[in-house]
Amino acid sequence: MIPQDLKYTKSHEYVRLSGDEATIGITDFAAEQLGDVVFVELPEVGRVLKKGESFGVIESVKAVSDLYSPIGGTVVAINESLNDEPSAINEDGYGDGWIIKLQAASEADLADALTPEQYQALIGA
Amino acid sequence: MSNPTAAETLKQTPLHGAHVALGARMVPFGGWDMPVQYSGIIEEHHAVRKAVGLFDVSHMGEFYVSGEGAAAFLARMVPGDVLNLPVGKCLYTQFTRPTGGVVDDTIICRFADRFLLVVNASNIDKDWAWLSEHKPFDVTLENESPETAMIALQGPHAEALMREAATPGIAELPFFGVALGKVFGVDVAVSRTGYTGEDGFEIYLPNAYAERLWHGFLAAGESYGIRPAGLGARDTLRLEAGLPLYGHELNDETTPVESSLAWTVKSEADYLGKDVIARQKAEGASKKLVGLTMQGKQIAREGYLVFSGDRQVGTVASGAPSPTLGAPIATAFVAADAAGLGTTLEVEIRGKRFGATVGRTAFYRRAKA
Repeated sequence: MIPQDLKYTKSHEYVRLSGDEATIGITDFAAEQLGDVVFVELPEVGRVLKKGESFGVIESVKAVSDLYSPIGGTVVAINESLNDEPSAINEDGYGDGWIIKLQAASEADLADALTPEQYQALIGA
Repeated sequence: MSNPTAAETLKQTPLHGAHVALGARMVPFGGWDMPVQYSGIIEEHHAVRKAVGLFDVSHMGEFYVSGEGAAAFLARMVPGDVLNLPVGKCLYTQFTRPTGGVVDDTIICRFADRFLLVVNASNIDKDWAWLSEHKPFDVTLENESPETAMIALQGPHAEALMREAATPGIAELPFFGVALGKVFGVDVAVSRTGYTGEDGFEIYLPNAYAERLWHGFLAAGESYGIRPAGLGARDTLRLEAGLPLYGHELNDETTPVESSLAWTVKSEADYLGKDVIARQKAEGASKKLVGLTMQGKQIAREGYLVFSGDRQVGTVASGAPSPTLGAPIATAFVAADAAGLGTTLEVEIRGKRFGATVGRTAFYRRAKA
């Protein structure tokens, strides 16, 4: 089941908006498609991201994929525990496997983000 | 991320339904719809290293060569010493071009009356054309790939499991031995070969019996911790073991010596490309395949550039995280003067360079029993 309180992108990132703080990760569907995640390249804290900008890379045993920010804002936290435990993305992508947090995120950026129902339809689950 | 229309044009092995029933993720590979993983690549990899794994490799090609001139014909096609290959033994070698480049690599198994050539799935048509073009009149070439299934049983418990499943003699085959026998009552050919760096067997049989062996091994292997293993684990296992993959460590423009396979070049016969290959073996080649162990966590992938200082000295051929070593590993073709064991080179990954230590292509060797 995909969480009902999040917004989604077609490239399988999710965003959890809480006030003006956005937590970003990848969906369980994406993690399952990738297989075992073995490396995540994280951005630097303080970096300003535009909506749609690539902010890092996620690697599974077989594949390299870019990560795209669904929303603009300043990186205020990165999940450094992923350096040692990248498998958290497979095991708990919506919780311990979060990737970055942005501040001053603008809800307006999410106007064209996918709702849980639309994302569900996209992945055909 | 998926392409549902592509699957319709892909070939299926006789075990396709068994893979789907096990929940395997299927991917296109060499024109076939193949399982890349069942439970997960890393878990499957460890199962093969520590217990036993079962692979469907029915996509691979099987050619039979027979007739008066069979041995002489093969001696013309490969730099391995096929003329001195005893009946009941196998040989790892390559089909070479007059330029020394490699058409494909192959395992040749010698039976009393004919040779079995096992070739790569994606090269079946190319190999068939190449061999047919050079075949003399007194040789018969048969392509039994479409009718033949192939199952690999790999890992430290493979022998014990084979002892339960097979007629006497099969489990006792020597390394690179081959014989006819029965497995779960089915007439098969078995070689003590594999593509994982572990002890194991490869079994060749008619398609109709593939499911019987597959389910037989999964049931009998339960107490040994058997796991079905997909192409993903097959790739990390073979890379750790230093076993080349065509299109990565081998290709039409690169000689076996440049692929660090000089040890497989043993023929005294007049094989295609001998002048180039024998000279390189004696004098060395200008480029060489090496192993790279990354000093950090970044993964070097195929096509990434390799540097020594400011000079680009090579290109990555294959790269993956090594589940056994816990570090990213790669193979790369590098200039001979940068290929010394222990040398630190740098791999450019997304615009930055990361240190890597040059070593042998075999990153892993199993402990001898």
